[in-house]
Amino acid sequence: MARPLINVPATAKRGEVVAIRTLISHPMESGFRHTSTGERIARDIVTGFVATYNGEEIFRATLFPAIAANPFITFHTVATESGTIEFRWTGDNGYSANEQAKITVV
Amino acid sequence: MTTQEGLSRRDMLKAGATLTLGSVGLAIARPSQAMPATMKEAIAEVTGLAEIKRGRVKLDIPPLVENGNTVPCTVSVESPMTAEDHVKAIHVFSEKNPQPNVISVHLGPRAGRAVVSTRIRLADTQTVMAIAEMSDGSFWSDRLDVLITLGACLEDS
Repeated sequence: MARPLINVPATAKRGEVVAIRTLISHPMESGFRHTSTGERIARDIVTGFVATYNGEEIFRATLFPAIAANPFITFHTVATESGTIEFRWTGDNGYSANEQAKITVV
Repeated sequence: MTTQEGLSRRDMLKAGATLTLGSVGLAIARPSQAMPATMKEAIAEVTGLAEIKRGRVKLDIPPLVENGNTVPCTVSVESPMTAEDHVKAIHVFSEKNPQPNVISVHLGPRAGRAVVSTRIRLADTQTVMAIAEMSDGSFWSDRLDVLITLGACLEDS
C-alpha cells in the first residue's frame, strides 16, 4: 500500500494558522462505472478522513464517489503546542491507512 | 489541396471551428435549470428546515474545466473561527453527478481558518453548491456554474 503524502510545517509559532495538505493514493472507484460487458464495477472509495492533534480531533471529512482518485485534502489548524498530528483514512472493503507528522511549536 | 466536392481542407477546418464555437455559445446561453429532487433531498438532510442564505461562503472552481475527473475545488468561509463563532461544517453538492453529495467536512475553532481544498469529479456542465453550517445554527451558501469539456467517465472502465 502506498504511503500517504503529508505536508505539515516542521515548526510554527504558537497560535499561527498552518496549512496541512494530505494526499493518499487510492483509485476511488465510484461504483457508477460499467465494464465493456455491462457489469457494474463495485464501489471502492475512501469514505472517511480524520485528523487529530495530540489526540484531539481537529478535522473530519466524509468523502463521496465525487471525490477524484487519489484524494487530496487541504485544511488549516492553529499550532497550539508541539506534538503529533495523526491522520487516518478509512474506506470500503475494510480500507484503512494511517500517517503522522511532527510539529514543533516555538 | 482540394477535395472532389470543391471544399478545401482550410474550409473544412473553418467550418469545424465555427461549429465548436457555436456549441460553446449554446452551453453558456443555456438557462439554469431547477435543482433536481435528489440534490434538494441531500441538502435537506444536512440543513433540515433552516433557511440557507447566500453569502459568507466562497466556492472556488475554475469556470471552464477540460477534464471532469479532477477538478480543483476550494471553499472558504468568512468567519472569525472563535469558540463562540465558527464554522461547524462545510458541505459540497453537485447538481448532475449520479449522487449529489461531494464532500462533507467538519471543523471547529481549532481550524483557525475555514478554508478547505480538494479535487472533485464532475460528470457534466453543471452548478456546484457549497453550504456552510455556522456554530449559531445558520446556513450560508455559494453556487457556481462550471463548464466541463470532458465529463468524469461513468460508462467504460
